[in-house]
Amino acid sequence: MTTYTATVTVRLKRGVLDPEAETTKRALERLGFELDALRFTERYEVDLDAADADEAETRADEMAERLLANPTIHDYEVAVAEA
Amino acid sequence: MIAVVQFGGSNCDRDAVRALSDLGFEAERVWHEDPLPEETTGIVLPGGFSYGDYLRGGAMAARSPIMKSVREAAAEGVPVLGVCNGAQIGCESGLTPGAFTTNASARFQCEHVYLRVENADTRWTAAYEEGEVIELPIAHGEGRFELDAERYEELEADDRILFRYCDEDGNVTDEANPNGSLGNVAGVLGDSESVAVLMPHPERASLPQLGNTDGRGVLAGFEG
Repeated sequence: MTTYTATVTVRLKRGVLDPEAETTKRALERLGFELDALRFTERYEVDLDAADADEAETRADEMAERLLANPTIHDYEVAVAEA
Repeated sequence: MIAVVQFGGSNCDRDAVRALSDLGFEAERVWHEDPLPEETTGIVLPGGFSYGDYLRGGAMAARSPIMKSVREAAAEGVPVLGVCNGAQIGCESGLTPGAFTTNASARFQCEHVYLRVENADTRWTAAYEEGEVIELPIAHGEGRFELDAERYEELEADDRILFRYCDEDGNVTDEANPNGSLGNVAGVLGDSESVAVLMPHPERASLPQLGNTDGRGVLAGFEG
């Protein structure tokens, strides 16, 4: 078994309004910064033991599918590296 | 007996029991770690902040063990009503379509709103006329209804939208939309008519001494 860190990145689907990001963008503009757009992502780092990287990725993918992301509004991606 | 499921952080469970009792129902709180009583004839997923709204409103509660029993009961036709956080739990658990996410204002909205009854031909709305305007309180930070365009069209085609936010005269407008919900949607049916969720609080508008009883009709839906 090898210890891996699976990084799960969850973001709103394109086109879904993100009021917190909009508010943050406006606050940056008030501070004088110029920017076109700002997006939030949520990143989860999951340490787990698995036989190989594929197994670690499969398990992290299931975690994202079943809890970390809401498929109605989110897209997600999983990246695995040895811890 | 109507089981009002109490999660850690639920805070409208007592209100729901009291309002249901006032309507003549036998209702009891059931702690989420206890099994659903055998004699359960209806289920309320009440408002509140289950699991501190960690991750997303309703996300944790939707995956708690009692929700398996709730889904099984719903599949057998036991009526299930989700209110506010209970509506988020309903959507997160797949009992009802869509998602309730961060208000467009990015603020917690606590106010009275008007709702237009879109479909009066369900157990939850039979007390009203189609097009009738009722007034209910809302209190939520994550109440903006979201759904992809294709499934939203199906929802409309199947007449599964129960209530839309509107003005006092029943006009569904952007100004009358408190949270930016898609199509001003405030409440929807699940796959079957026995399951419904809504963000406004009927249980807070059911006791005569509170001055507004517009919500009684929704709770009366447990009569079937």
